[in-house]
Amino acid sequence: MINELSDVPESVYDFSIRHAPDAGGHFGRFGGKYVAETLMGPLAELEAAFFEAWEDEAFQHERMRLLHEYAGRATPLYHAERLSQENGGAQIWLKREDLTHTGAHKINNTIGQGLLARRMGRKRVIAETGAGQHGVATATVAAMFGMDCDVYMGREDVERQMPNVLRMRLLGANVIPVDSGTATLKDALNDALRDWVASCADTFYIIGTVAGPHPYPLMVRQFHVVIGQEARAQMLAQAGRLPDVAVACVGGGSNAMGLLHPLRDDPVRLVAVEAAGRGLDTEAHAASLAAGKPGILHGNLTYLLENEEGQIQGTHSISAGLDYPGVGPELSAMLEAGELELDAATDDEALDAFRKLTRVEGIIPALESSHALAAGLRIAAAMRPDQHVLVNLSGRGDKDMNTVFKALGWTEGAV
Amino acid sequence: MSLDRLANCFETCRSENRAALIGYLTAGDPDPDVSAQLLQTLARHADIVEIGMPFSDPMADGPVIQAASERSLAAGTTMKDVFRLASQTRKQSPAAGIVLMGYANVAYAMGYDAFACQAALAGVDGVLLVDIPPEESTEVDAALAEHKLHSIRLVAPTSSEARRELAARSAGGFIYYVSLTGITGAKMGEMGEINRQITQLRKQSDLPICVGFGIKTPEQAAEVAAFADGVVVGSQFVSQISEHFSDHCAMIEAMDGVAGEMREAMLRRCK
Repeated sequence: MINELSDVPESVYDFSIRHAPDAGGHFGRFGGKYVAETLMGPLAELEAAFFEAWEDEAFQHERMRLLHEYAGRATPLYHAERLSQENGGAQIWLKREDLTHTGAHKINNTIGQGLLARRMGRKRVIAETGAGQHGVATATVAAMFGMDCDVYMGREDVERQMPNVLRMRLLGANVIPVDSGTATLKDALNDALRDWVASCADTFYIIGTVAGPHPYPLMVRQFHVVIGQEARAQMLAQAGRLPDVAVACVGGGSNAMGLLHPLRDDPVRLVAVEAAGRGLDTEAHAASLAAGKPGILHGNLTYLLENEEGQIQGTHSISAGLDYPGVGPELSAMLEAGELELDAATDDEALDAFRKLTRVEGIIPALESSHALAAGLRIAAAMRPDQHVLVNLSGRGDKDMNTVFKALGWTEGAV
Repeated sequence: MSLDRLANCFETCRSENRAALIGYLTAGDPDPDVSAQLLQTLARHADIVEIGMPFSDPMADGPVIQAASERSLAAGTTMKDVFRLASQTRKQSPAAGIVLMGYANVAYAMGYDAFACQAALAGVDGVLLVDIPPEESTEVDAALAEHKLHSIRLVAPTSSEARRELAARSAGGFIYYVSLTGITGAKMGEMGEINRQITQLRKQSDLPICVGFGIKTPEQAAEVAAFADGVVVGSQFVSQISEHFSDHCAMIEAMDGVAGEMREAMLRRCK
């Protein structure tokens, strides 16, 4: 069923649920359902619907068909030979999620949740978005399924990701700027939750990352594991072996769980790269795992950036998609279990990686993915040429033109 | 009279054939000093004072109480201030019920035991952590019980029969019925339906049942008072702060007026 030109046979896709949380949605001491009573009923309904759909062959068939025909899966695995050579050290392989429809991995999840929304008879979907990629992916499937769509987006992100705002509006979605709190992703999530509390009878909330109350972290992970399942098979087919290291950027962690989860039981180093902003020694970063502590926000217990009073802190990253003070609970559990290596890239390091990939390989990556690439290059440089580093290129960088031009001190006329 | 102050509050109200007025204000709004005066004013009219712990991300709250948290945190309010304000309220109103309400993370950050200990020392009677459902409450409930504090439970229109049982089994102090499917300060649910729900809940629990979320006018408060044991008013009181932001005297006067009217209306509509 999957693209015959790629080396990805249908058998690569595994529908079993490995490393499941407990019945309450806990990954070790993390995760859970920390929401107001009003949402407990709707979450139970969603959980039942998800597990029922997941076991339903017709649902999986339709999901895989859309991932293939509509989103363009399987995405290629690209051996970046020139980049590897110039960087020195290990071979760098890029999982090209940037080549999916809408330009980022986010579509994997919105197709899954969109199908679930349709199955549950919901006519309206809502979403929160940071960089706008999840908002665009939600607006896209809402258009395809003929559903109403409202997207909450922090005022600051509306301004720095204008191309995505325009795309969402063209797709028929209503973009609602959020002014509360820090006017970024966490506040958009707050407002989407507030909407859902009042609208859960007819509205499906499509959360864009592996966070939120159970079953969201599990569900979003399961909709994204196609990334790692394909990449694993492609590495075996194209490189003749598994990678030594797999690298993904982490904001909430959806592309990281998508790539890394299917490699958890393999002898592969799993590296999560957080946004170090202006440096981990400053307050201007978004590295919840590296610099945070466990706390409760947005329906789950996980590592958070907060002050000593438990107030959530403002974050900074040049990439709006990583600008979030928390992280998916399963990543917190993996870190504490020693399954995950932590790394971080600053704004400047991400920009360098962005420019390098653009010039050397002709691929313009999203600033989020540039963080993974920056760490991947650093890690590869310390390895041998017969070793392999797999980097998740989670999205393309068209949306970041304004930010990059500004950061490089260019004016548009000077290009 | 027992040692259980919340039970005594409801007992007093019952003997006076009326429902309890439960008034909410966010601690430290608009700043810790004025907040102390506002709480004192509110405690003159309310049987139970609900003291909100400000939080950066109050997900269950509408714009009015969100703004209260933002004002309070901007004024530098800390948990130390929250406990001090509770303690002052306790000294000035020895018989009033005092409930701390807020989000789990501020208590989690302190450690549940330290949190419960501080709350008990401040004279608090019960705690409502909005984002801790019964399923996640084992740890915090143990700490609260250790310090003889009630763990107050929410029941919502979306709560199933089984969940109502669960809440009834594990609740202390009173059951807080959320009148609407939404956030604080939204449009109130239909009165007949709320009444039916309360009647149903009474079969499951002997605890007093209070109704909150969306009650704004004295008329609404009086209507709810006719069938509930307590009426929670929050956004309407908090909005007095933003409406009189530049004039603290007018703010306190307005609070006095609105809380007084609310109580008066509830007295007129005795059960």
